[in-house]
Amino acid sequence: MRELTVPISDEDIRSVHIGEPVLLSGIMMTGRDAVHKWMSETFIKKTRQPQGDDLQVYEEIKKILDQGVLYHCGPVVSGIATKEYKFVAAGPTTSTREEPYQADVMKHFNIRGVIGKGGMGPKTLKGCMETPGVYFHAIGGAASFLAQTVQKVLGVYKLEEFGVPEAMWVIEVKDFPVVVTMDSHGQSKHSTLDESSKQVLDELLAKPY
Amino acid sequence: MQKDITNETLELIRRTSSSLPKDVEDRLRASIEKEEPGSAARGALETIMKNIELSRANATPICQDTGTPIFYVHYPEGWSTRKLKEQIRSAMVEATKRSFMRPNAVDAIYDKNSGNNLGGEDFPTIHFEEVDADQPLTVELMLKGGGCENVGRQYSLPDNSVGAGRDLAGVRKVVLDAVQKAQGYGCAPGILGVSIGGDRGSSYAKSKEVLFSKMGTRNADPEIAKLEERLTDEANQMGIGPMGFGGKTTVLDTKITGMHRLPASYFVTVSYMCWAYRRRKLTVKGEEVEYD
Repeated sequence: MRELTVPISDEDIRSVHIGEPVLLSGIMMTGRDAVHKWMSETFIKKTRQPQGDDLQVYEEIKKILDQGVLYHCGPVVSGIATKEYKFVAAGPTTSTREEPYQADVMKHFNIRGVIGKGGMGPKTLKGCMETPGVYFHAIGGAASFLAQTVQKVLGVYKLEEFGVPEAMWVIEVKDFPVVVTMDSHGQSKHSTLDESSKQVLDELLAKPY
Repeated sequence: MQKDITNETLELIRRTSSSLPKDVEDRLRASIEKEEPGSAARGALETIMKNIELSRANATPICQDTGTPIFYVHYPEGWSTRKLKEQIRSAMVEATKRSFMRPNAVDAIYDKNSGNNLGGEDFPTIHFEEVDADQPLTVELMLKGGGCENVGRQYSLPDNSVGAGRDLAGVRKVVLDAVQKAQGYGCAPGILGVSIGGDRGSSYAKSKEVLFSKMGTRNADPEIAKLEERLTDEANQMGIGPMGFGGKTTVLDTKITGMHRLPASYFVTVSYMCWAYRRRKLTVKGEEVEYD
């Protein structure tokens, strides 16, 4: 199986195509609804003034995300009280909610891969071509299994402000299994399946009861 | 004598979150053979099976989205529902501390996570129903994740977009439409809970209630039972497959139930349950405690 290590080069990310299973290793960061909204409003569209530790966090995550991977995940984490963090359950969350932000976030931070589930829309697909980057589909619900690929929790940002599921967790993973479902060449497994299943649906709807 | 069920409820939550019911696991395992060797669909199902075993062995959540906790409590006449509610709520707090549950209750107006899975009077959801004094107490729990909850749909028939009239033929059409629109978003392969009738609220509640029954449980009416099987079969013809990777396994089972409706309304509600179909039951009779 194809293996990729973060940071991922342009050349490597251009070489993977839809349908391809990949094992990911290296450092990645989680980020979902609150994070995308915060990134977009504070640093990309700049409709909101940076507050508190925003600028400091921004400088640090820029380094993590450059040629990096962002994971749509709201984990269950143990050791919150003692700060001895351990990922207990950490599967992907539905990605489509980040569709309004994703392409801009990918380009702004130079992100090579977004991991999630359910796939994303045309704006993100265009973002994948331009950045370049891809969409990696993880197995939704396989949370205990995926948490085991997390070797170490390296840190967390905005834990207090966003809460456990929405905070930015920096993790080191080994052999995290994904399937490429949107690539940097404009191909999306999701749009082809949507079309083919719609065709079958139309045939079924035409059948008598 | 009313028994304090805090500890028993905590154990019920642990089991529900970490150990998938056998009937669901069996159905998932059987579907592996239907997918091509080496395909992404088969890979997904194999990972799902590994995850099920690992979660059970380590008592860790099957899915990090530990879902909306939905309780159905049947209590013997004379028991205090106020006390039962307090005990269930304190079990929920403890389950969250022990990482059986993710802090999952977010105040929608102030956007703040409560941190302990309690939120106002409505989170967790607890339904109470009284039974005779000599009957056991039963507590059924379903954990329904947000991904699949988001792809649930309600149709008001007639629905011209799919040519669905106010009859079972129309019901079939909108359920198939719901499956196509759900694609892999709800963590396919899914299980469909379908309620026909009611008002908008009761119809949604009923479409989840029907999901408490075991896999393969058919409606008592043979015509509805036939429609349940036909819908599962036709949904699987759409080729959406596990996770929407393409494949033969899109829906594992369909359960239909009916309610009375107003002459003016004809709702069809589809609740989509992800493969992580977490539901368990606690039975308490005197000092005897059973988990199913």
